[in-house]
Amino acid sequence: MKTFYDEMLKTNEINVGRLTENINGDLVMRALEKDGMSFNDMLCLLSERALLHIDILASRAKEMTDTHFGKNINLYIPLYLSNECSNSCSYCGFNVNAVIPRNTLTIAEAEIEMKRIAATGMKNILLLTGEAPAKAGVGYMEHVIKIASLYFTQISLEVYPMDIPEYERLVKAGATGLVIYQETYDETLYAKLHETGPKKNFRYRLEAPERAAQAGFRFIGIGALLGLSEWRKEAALMFSHAKYLSKKYWRSDIALSFPRITPARGCKTEIAPVSETELRQMIFTARIYLEHAVINLSTRESAVFRDSMIGFGVTRLSAGSKTNPGGYEIHPEASGEQFMVNDTRTVEEVTLFISERGYYPVFKDWDISLNEKIK
Amino acid sequence: MGDKLSIGNMEFTSRFMIGTGKFPSDEIMAQCLFVSGAEIITVAIRRVDLKKPDSDILRVLDPKKIFILPNTSGAQNADEAVRLAMFAQQMGFSSWIKLEVTPDPRYLLPDPEETIKAARILVKNGFTVLPYMNADPVLAKKLEDEGCAVVMPLGSPIGSNKGLTTIDQIKIIIAQSNVPVVIDAGIGRPSDACLAMELGADACMINTAISSAPMPPLTARAFKLAIEAGRQAYLGGHAAKRDTARPSSPVDGISK
Repeated sequence: MKTFYDEMLKTNEINVGRLTENINGDLVMRALEKDGMSFNDMLCLLSERALLHIDILASRAKEMTDTHFGKNINLYIPLYLSNECSNSCSYCGFNVNAVIPRNTLTIAEAEIEMKRIAATGMKNILLLTGEAPAKAGVGYMEHVIKIASLYFTQISLEVYPMDIPEYERLVKAGATGLVIYQETYDETLYAKLHETGPKKNFRYRLEAPERAAQAGFRFIGIGALLGLSEWRKEAALMFSHAKYLSKKYWRSDIALSFPRITPARGCKTEIAPVSETELRQMIFTARIYLEHAVINLSTRESAVFRDSMIGFGVTRLSAGSKTNPGGYEIHPEASGEQFMVNDTRTVEEVTLFISERGYYPVFKDWDISLNEKIK
Repeated sequence: MGDKLSIGNMEFTSRFMIGTGKFPSDEIMAQCLFVSGAEIITVAIRRVDLKKPDSDILRVLDPKKIFILPNTSGAQNADEAVRLAMFAQQMGFSSWIKLEVTPDPRYLLPDPEETIKAARILVKNGFTVLPYMNADPVLAKKLEDEGCAVVMPLGSPIGSNKGLTTIDQIKIIIAQSNVPVVIDAGIGRPSDACLAMELGADACMINTAISSAPMPPLTARAFKLAIEAGRQAYLGGHAAKRDTARPSSPVDGISK
């Protein structure tokens, strides 16, 4: 069966770099005015030239966000269950060589964390692990999901890529969403960054969202780590991936994330920084090209930046996040975190700001009774 | 007496139904509800915590003053829709359900097969079913045959504000229907709602056009007036269109 991998090879042939460099103002404006935007139109909006028209991109993105999502901002919160990992991604704080306190929450500890989180009013939780199947594998996740179902109405996972039967077990347990970042869509760079560990299989990871959709996940999240490679090319391929998924797996909602990475401790990978303006351009383009996609903005970004993007493409924010296992209650002292949180406001503070901005902070957007009966 | 809207075993004075999604706050939504004069408001079961009626949208809705119609938004198939409806009933809502089965989360177009299947099960279980449907006259008759209390064809894709792009099919549905016809989605402006009512629709359900407007309460009031005007126009009838002029003060006989 053909997958996005085959599509991606075609897209690579187009030479995204050259297209984005040869774009003039007329092409940008024409792309903006067009109904039914093509891949090449999207490239126009991602071009350097389009930066000159960023205000127009912003207003178009706002208009489309208002039309499709109204004045709503959905909220979610991550719960890091484990920072144990067998992969050696040098840009990641959890990589196997990083000297950090390693920890996998027991089921009882996970429940303590959940109770603490649930007290903030959060209903949508994202459960995360590294890649350590022996410590935090499918059986462990099934157990944690069932506990999470007692406290939350929507449960998403950010775990290592799996086969369809394993994903099906997680859906049956009560999970509705699956997030998996490709890290980079550049296969050659991917091979350099992931020399050892199970993660070195580029294609297996790339096709994970398709396996997840086939297994019954209703919400599929994808993303590329911004800073590993030339961002315009990464964004173009990520948007193309999202478009492909939304057409082929038309029952699933597709979400995009835009994590700008900063060097992890002991990081050997050279980071190509992406500016805030470039990130804005990327998010506006995503909204215009993928009008119905959910767009997340995590606490990696600053409070000021996140606040400024409410309604301008962004439709979902995390809040009150801790990125180390046990960070909410068991080990509140920050250590062994995956990345530094920039927006350190509490759930209440973020919620208040959203309301003051004239938007509705949505905690519950799913009902457990929609799920398959939990077995 | 009077011009009442009869659905199932209930009668309503207002022909304006309102949705609760996409508003900037519960308070603005409540203001819109107040000025709209609507007597039916629909609430997505997936969005509210039915175990805590004092939270979310429910805290500003007084069931003594407004009929709360739960909807199955989010359901992608008949099983899910039926489960949601039954859950709402168990949680203390009435046995009325606005049936929405939309397998595609992007365009939210209704699945005709699954809608019929869900309607059949729900009607058998004693529910009063108000199904959201594409503007398909055959489907409307099939849903009526299944025992649905109304049919709710879309005027154009939900949230699009494009008005009655399905007008030709809507006219057929109205002409053939034995149950009230409620235009459910796509109405963008008060003039669209007025037109729907002039055509003989029994009511309009409006949400995005109000919640996304710059001044939602003012827009809600405009819709109320438009729906009332359209209804009056339908009841009063209109004069025929002609290609030639006719003076408004007839002069026949003066020259004789």
